[in-house]
Amino acid sequence: MHPKNLALAACAALPFLAATQPAQADADRRAVAMAVIKKDFEPRGQAGLDRLAEDGLQTLCNRTGNNPPAYVAQRLEADQMAGIRYPSDGKLLGDWKQGEQIAQSGRGFTWTDNPGLPVGGNCYNCHQIAPKEQSFGTVGPSLYQFGKLRGNGPDIQKYVYGKIFNAKAFNLCSEMPRFGHVGALNEQQIRHLVALLLDPESPVNK
Amino acid sequence: MRIALILAVATATAAALPIPGWAQAKAAARKPPPPAAAPKAEEKDAATLEFEKFRAEMEDSNPAELFEAKGEELWKARRGPRNVSLAESCDLGLGVGVVKGAYVQTPRHYPDAGAVMDAERRIVWCMVEKQGFNFDDIAKRPFASDTHTPDITSLVTYVAAQSKNMKLAVPLDDPKVREAYEIGKEIAAYRAGPYDFSCNTCHGADGKRIRMQALPNISTPQGALRGVQGWPGYRMTGGVMLTHQWRMGDCFRQQRFPQPKYASDAVAYLLTYLIGTANGLEYKGPGIKR
Ligand code: HEC
Ligand code: HEC
Repeated sequence: MHPKNLALAACAALPFLAATQPAQADADRRAVAMAVIKKDFEPRGQAGLDRLAEDGLQTLCNRTGNNPPAYVAQRLEADQMAGIRYPSDGKLLGDWKQGEQIAQSGRGFTWTDNPGLPVGGNCYNCHQIAPKEQSFGTVGPSLYQFGKLRGNGPDIQKYVYGKIFNAKAFNLCSEMPRFGHVGALNEQQIRHLVALLLDPESPVNK
Repeated sequence: MRIALILAVATATAAALPIPGWAQAKAAARKPPPPAAAPKAEEKDAATLEFEKFRAEMEDSNPAELFEAKGEELWKARRGPRNVSLAESCDLGLGVGVVKGAYVQTPRHYPDAGAVMDAERRIVWCMVEKQGFNFDDIAKRPFASDTHTPDITSLVTYVAAQSKNMKLAVPLDDPKVREAYEIGKEIAAYRAGPYDFSCNTCHGADGKRIRMQALPNISTPQGALRGVQGWPGYRMTGGVMLTHQWRMGDCFRQQRFPQPKYASDAVAYLLTYLIGTANGLEYKGPGIKR
């Protein structure tokens, strides 16, 4: 993570963005909306008011309607990419069975969640994955047969590990959370998820 | 001048970016997406089927009606430290005591309060300003639990029921309401928190689901209507009567945000955006939710 870099990159982008604002009214409204958000929330459970603040990436996506100019997006994606920590032993494939459990769990980070308990992957909330689970969301693309279709060699392993660690490194304003980046999932858990998607033995690829 | 300079620097940096470290992973990412089996949008899980059966059975005796009746009593009774009724003191926007059609014309701007208010917020305002109740007492436990339904919930249900089968008509030609609508739209798009979610993450496109739960696209009139229809609603899960304000709060919870304050501007503006987007479409009254 390089919060400083992020903030810097976002700052560099802002004058440009301000200049392209079609009407001043939009910027004014955004400012009012921010002020309203700031005054009208209260902390509850583990969800503190600090969660209302944007980091550099969120600022950029918010200000551009999730469609930042390509050169800024590339710059920030590179920053996000630089923050991805791959396992030091180079092993990216874990146990798909444990991956399935993590993918199933939607627990974590809400004000009703116990902060002491491990966080789930929420994957089935948004993705079709193993065929047995028919209750899956469609906010993200289907990942059924992911390894069968995309291979399971080192490059794709690295991609999937990185994508789960920080989806925004590949697609700056992706709707997918940055699970490793924010500390929701640890190295071991992400490995298990990589196996769920890529292991030939995983039901995903049967 | 300064802008141009920064721009030039940023462009140069981007062009000279060292990428080899992750080039391979990035290349893997660019492979065409798999022609994956299309998700079966029509397929319903057991819980959904069960719920639809329940709703069909309940069609004639919606449990919301119990709260409606309780709310009517509360509306007409002299209550609070000042011992006045809402019926003789509360103006929901169509004149003191007028309830018919008021719900579908909120949120609106109330000059006496100097604020844009949704129906629930307005009733709370009347309870405080006219009847003399204490706001903090109401805001302490504003929503129903399995053991307790606050008076405000019954009142909102009563008022909402008096707009059954009427067209939504949020007065967006009032500049103050229009402004609230635009701010609400901004709030709905605001991404933050540990998962970078905004309302639009889940409700910004057609045909999306979380697990098997269909997510209305609140940026379209029909989608927004789905987000309005049936609220306030009797929720099967837990058997509780819940208001539109509650729904907003629970979505902020799912968004991993902190809690919006009860009867606040933020919620009123969000509801102005949501209901205003569905303007012109018919509201069917309090309903049943899963
Ligand atoms: C809130 C929604 C959401 C959640 C939760 C989510 N994803 Fe995603 N995911 C997306 C979206 C949207 C995309 C497509 C856009 C993109 O690639 O950024 C995506 C893309 C992906 C891709 C890339 C697909 C490709 O074709 O290259 C992978 C792999 C993936 N997700 C895995 C996961 C895993 C594993 C989890 C759980 C730990 C997860 N996702 C949780 C929304 C989500
Ligand atoms: C992480 C996902 C997520 C986010 C973020 C989210 N919602 Fe929701 N929303 C849901 C789910 C799931 C439901 C329940 C759908 C159901 O019960 O069928 C829902 C239901 C709703 C409904 C009621 C729909 C109905 O059929 O009655 C409304 C209105 C709504 N959301 C608005 C919002 C608003 C406004 C925001 C932002 C403050 C928001 N949502 C943020 C997931 C989300």
